[in-house]
Amino acid sequence: MDMFFYIAALVAIISTVMAISGRNAIHSLLYLILSLLAISVIFYLLNAPFIAALEVIIYAGAIMVLFIFVTMMLNIGLEREAEKKWLEPRMWIVPTILAAVLLVNLIFALKNVQTIPPDKEAILPKQVGISLFTTYLLGVEIAAILLMAGVIGAYHLGSQKKKVKHRFLEIK
Amino acid sequence: MKYVFIIAGILLIVLSIAAGLIWVERRLLSVWQDRLGPNRVGPFGLGQVVADTIKLFFKEDWVPPFSDRPVFVLAPGILMITILLTFAVVPFGPDFYVFDSNIGILFFLGNSSLGVYSIVLGGWASNNKYSLIGAMRASAQMLTYEVFMGLSLMGVVMMADSFSFCKIVEAQKGGWFFIPQFIGFIVFFIAGIAETHRLPFDIPEAEGELIAGYHSEYSGMKFGMFFVGEYLGITLISALVSTLFFGGWLGPSFLPPVFWFLFKTFFFICVFILLRASLPRPRYDQLMELGWKILLPLSLLNLLVTGAILIFLK
Repeated sequence: MDMFFYIAALVAIISTVMAISGRNAIHSLLYLILSLLAISVIFYLLNAPFIAALEVIIYAGAIMVLFIFVTMMLNIGLEREAEKKWLEPRMWIVPTILAAVLLVNLIFALKNVQTIPPDKEAILPKQVGISLFTTYLLGVEIAAILLMAGVIGAYHLGSQKKKVKHRFLEIK
Repeated sequence: MKYVFIIAGILLIVLSIAAGLIWVERRLLSVWQDRLGPNRVGPFGLGQVVADTIKLFFKEDWVPPFSDRPVFVLAPGILMITILLTFAVVPFGPDFYVFDSNIGILFFLGNSSLGVYSIVLGGWASNNKYSLIGAMRASAQMLTYEVFMGLSLMGVVMMADSFSFCKIVEAQKGGWFFIPQFIGFIVFFIAGIAETHRLPFDIPEAEGELIAGYHSEYSGMKFGMFFVGEYLGITLISALVSTLFFGGWLGPSFLPPVFWFLFKTFFFICVFILLRASLPRPRYDQLMELGWKILLPLSLLNLLVTGAILIFLK
C-alpha cells in the first residue's frame, strides 16, 4: 500500500509544480485538477473513502469547473509579456530559499514527532456524519452561516433590474 | 480470473447496448413519428449500426489547426472514461458486479461531475464561438443539475442506510423505492436527462442555434466517442434509475436477475427516447429557473420529509 501512496504523492507534487509553472491558464487548471485527484487517492489509501469522494465531487468536480468557466470567459489563453517577467530568477529565488529553509525545518520536526498510523478500519460516511453533527456541530453551523452570507451576496448582486433591449424579452 | 470475465462481460453488454441504441433510437423515433426509419441494411435495418460504425472509423480524423491540440484530443476520452468507470459499481445481478463500494453513490456523483470537463474542455479547445457558447451552457446546466442530482438520492441512501448499490438493491426486497421516494425519482430522472444533455435538455448542442455546440469541430472517432458517450450516459442513467428506485435485479424468479435488470434498464432507455420524440426544447433561462426554483427546493423538501418520517418510525 505504501507504494501506491508514494506514486499518488509524486503525481500530486509533479502536477502541482506544472500547475504553478504552466504558461497556459487552462492547462494549469487541468494540472491542478490532476493534483486534486491524486490527493483524493491519498485520502482513499488513508482509509477515508468518504473524504476522498468529497474531494473529487466538490473540489475537482464543482469548484474547478467554476474556475475553468471563468477562465474560459476571460479568454486569457497564452501568457502576456508581463507574465514572462514573473518567471525570472530574480522573482523566485528568494522565496525558494526561504521555502527550502522551512522544508528543512519541517523534515527535522517530523523526525521527532510520533506519527499516527492510519485507521485500520475504513471510516464510513455514517461515522463522518455523526461526528460532524455532534462533536463538530459548531464548526458546521459557522460554515453554514458563511455560506448564507455568500447566498445573500449573490442575491444582492443578481437582484438588480435587468436592462431589456428588446420588447419581446420584457417581463411584465 | 473471475474478475476479468465480469469486466469483459459488463464492457461487452454496455458497449453493445450503447452502439445498438443508435438503431433502436432511430427506429423508435420513426414509430412515434409515423414513418419507417432505417430498414434497408440487414434484417430490420440492424446492419445500419455496423455501417455507421464503419463509416465513423474511416472518416478523416481532423484536428483543426486553430484548436488547443492536447486538450482537444483529451476531451472525448474523459467522457468515455468517467461513464465506463461508473458502470463498475452498478450491480447487474446478485454476483455480477465489478466491485461493491461502500461509497458507491458518491463514486457515481464524482464521476458524473468529472464528466462535465469533457464537454467544457471540448468546447473550449475547439476555439470556435459556437463551441464555446455550447461549452458555457453545458457547464452551467450540468453544475446546476448536479447539485440536486446528489440531493435527490439522499432519500434513498437514508432508507437503505448505505451508499452501496448492492445494499440499496437488497433493501428494496420489501418494496421498491419509487413509491416512498417518488419525488426523489422524478427529480433524479430530470437531472439525469440534463446530465446526459439529451433532448429536451440538449441546450449545449442545440443544432438549430449552435450547429452541434461543443462538438461541432469534432470528426471521425473523436466525434464517435461523444456520440457513443451520449448513449452510454443514457444507459447509465437508466441503469441507475432501475437500481436505485425500481429494485435493480429484483424480480419474479422464473427469469434470471440479470434479465430483470436489463429489462428495466431498457424500459427507461425507451422513456428517454420517447421524451426526445415528444417534448420541445425549453429556453436556456427556463431550464435554469426550473432547476433552481422548483427542483432544488423539491429535493430539499424530500430530504427533510424522508428524514422526519424515518426518525418518527424508529
